[in-house]
Amino acid sequence: MKSKSILICGVGGQGILTASDLLSDVLLQAGFQVKKSEVHGMSQRGGDVVSTVRYGDEVFSPLPALGETDTILAFEKLEALRHVHYLSAKGIALVNDFAWPPLPVAAGLEKYPADVVERLRKKAHELVLIPATRLAADLGNEKASNVVLIGLLASRMEIDKALWLEVIGKKVPPRFIDLNMKAFESGYRFAS
Amino acid sequence: MAKELLSGNEAIARGAWEAGITFASAYPGTPSTEILENVARYKEDIYSQWGANEKTALEEALGASFTGARALVAMKHVGLNVAADPLFSASYIGATGALVIVSADDPGMHSSQNEQDNRHYAVAAKMPVLEPSDSQEAKDMVVQAVQISETYDTPVMIRMTTRTSHSRSSVELGERQVPPEPEYKSDFAKRNLLPGNARRRHAAVEERLKKLAAFSDGFAGNVIIKGRERVGVLASGVSYQYGREVFPDAWFLKLAMPYPFPAKLFQRFASMVDKIYVLEENDPIIENFARLLAPQKEIVGKDVFPLLGEMSQDAVGAALGLKDLAAFAGNGVPARPPSLCAGCPHTAFFFNLGVLKVQSRGDIGCYTLGALRPLSAMDTCVDMGASITVQLGIEKALEKAGKSVPQVAVIGDSTFFHSGITGLVDVIYNHGKSTVVILDNSITAMTGHQENPGSGRTLMGQEARRIDIATLVRDGLGITHTYAVDGYDVKAIRDLLKREMARPEPSVIVVRRPCVLLYRKAKWSPMRVDKETCTSCKVCLRLGCPAIQSDADGKALINESLCTGCGVCAQVCAFKAISFVDEQGLHIHSITLDSFAKGGGK
Repeated sequence: MKSKSILICGVGGQGILTASDLLSDVLLQAGFQVKKSEVHGMSQRGGDVVSTVRYGDEVFSPLPALGETDTILAFEKLEALRHVHYLSAKGIALVNDFAWPPLPVAAGLEKYPADVVERLRKKAHELVLIPATRLAADLGNEKASNVVLIGLLASRMEIDKALWLEVIGKKVPPRFIDLNMKAFESGYRFAS
Repeated sequence: MAKELLSGNEAIARGAWEAGITFASAYPGTPSTEILENVARYKEDIYSQWGANEKTALEEALGASFTGARALVAMKHVGLNVAADPLFSASYIGATGALVIVSADDPGMHSSQNEQDNRHYAVAAKMPVLEPSDSQEAKDMVVQAVQISETYDTPVMIRMTTRTSHSRSSVELGERQVPPEPEYKSDFAKRNLLPGNARRRHAAVEERLKKLAAFSDGFAGNVIIKGRERVGVLASGVSYQYGREVFPDAWFLKLAMPYPFPAKLFQRFASMVDKIYVLEENDPIIENFARLLAPQKEIVGKDVFPLLGEMSQDAVGAALGLKDLAAFAGNGVPARPPSLCAGCPHTAFFFNLGVLKVQSRGDIGCYTLGALRPLSAMDTCVDMGASITVQLGIEKALEKAGKSVPQVAVIGDSTFFHSGITGLVDVIYNHGKSTVVILDNSITAMTGHQENPGSGRTLMGQEARRIDIATLVRDGLGITHTYAVDGYDVKAIRDLLKREMARPEPSVIVVRRPCVLLYRKAKWSPMRVDKETCTSCKVCLRLGCPAIQSDADGKALINESLCTGCGVCAQVCAFKAISFVDEQGLHIHSITLDSFAKGGGK
């Protein structure tokens, strides 16, 4: 199969690297060759964070090409817009309906664009907005929003659901398993 | 054997274990930090440690190699500048037990002050360099580096770049080799580089290089991959992977060992193709060898491909006119710069500089973010330790002209241990009058919380004697005017700054408070704003705290899920509009510095 690319983006601290680790492990166990890239260091301090995952029979570059990415999983709306040009003509944007103003916006120096969703809709072949932060908060911890989003992504991929649950079960500390299983389910069921 | 998804850095650590390495040392620095953190997971088999800086780390690894033990040292690219002195000596001395030097370069400067190509160091120091293109190769190359090092009596460099360090790909795991038994035997002629010895060692190094060049020609990692067209791609490192995306039908000469350059192998390759594209990150190193060896051949290299930033299949495609990057640019989205964290114990200090209208000479760490809006209180950042020394230079130049300006140098705890102490020695010795502020958060924070000599704990989790910076400076260096202050105490910091900047003698202010990320576990009471009392003066927004924003009416609004309740905003509010949500709740201030230090800083 031709290799596929998923770009995960959001704000440092939202659990982006955990999510991309989880996705990569699932893909590896599903028998694909997997390459994943991530960003460390200075930009993690409240800056925008991107992790990319590519998988297929044979994958060379860990980075997706501009305009050739199959799916964007965005933990924050503005970050979805920042990276939307990576999407291919048939690309799907799965976006957390959640705004986290960057510091210059919070400090009143710049404005958070009012038309983020409209612009995303124009650029993405398909846009799914999910209130992942609220769904996770309803389950008792908004930090689980990353697993809600992984659930939504899983519902769009042809990989056995049991495999996702198995990997989550292995990755997550025991006291958070119940929360994360529920979070995954709420994302997984959201689309249907 | 099992397959696992490993980052390049994790793979280096795994390779160190498999290769029978028993000593590893490093100073943390992005993108290299996770190498030693992961080596430390093999603590039954490998002794690992943080050095105070890269120079000490490399010298310690060299010492280990003297005993026949296999040693690895890791650092970021600019770290090798600090370690360059022992690097060149190590090349002359050679390796009794293997000596593997891992340099993680940062093209694109994701987290660095420059984008130097450390393969230049391998060429200059006359030692071989290996360059992996994915995690499997990173692991395998540690094993190969150990073999080469011991066979040819040479240190071996492994050059990582950000993308190889921080990408994950699958790695087949292997067994551990039995490490050699260490024993210290004197070898004066090799290891004491008095000129008489060093001259003979230089001759040995030149002989070694010839042998290594022959080895490079036959090395299995330098490999020709068949193509369908008479187009060739010469590539090293992760650029090889990008090349495979862009040139699916080309022949490839993939170099795992860019230096010494495999001249014969390259000439054979050049005879098979009509045109050669050269792909490598940063500088044209293999390209220059190729041009020298095949002056008649059409070679496309850095004359077309970017010298600046990271390579990628997009960068290659755009350089060749296959892709129009402009078509993908410009979503007009406000930037999201990194910032100091909510509850960061550095915030109050930088806010005070703003109030006093003072710019600081800065240094390298989280606190460099004090340079960004809205704090904007740092006008220089040069290299590790340069805050104090650059400040002294400014002071002396102005003094000579009969001028003075209130000046502050600011440096973090780990950077101070790394290379700030010597600068401070210069200040005392040369009658400097500067005020040096040491932001002591008990940990090396920017790179992800590595222990340092002030943390009270080692990389391997042992308790260690905590070096108290104020004691070192006051009792050791004799700076009488040394004062410690709580990072959350806005007024105390400001009063000290005012007083010490005016003093015509050197002084040190140690601003203490552990990194807020270290004690996030507890449920601290956050702050809140009383809307009636808030006058929309926006002073609290000047803290640049990510938990504070202005609401639709221009009043301050605190995000309670981000707020740690450090209370700095309440102190800067002249109208007393900010208070704890739960006055009786758990307050971060209740953690005293001493009780925290007893916990080992973690």
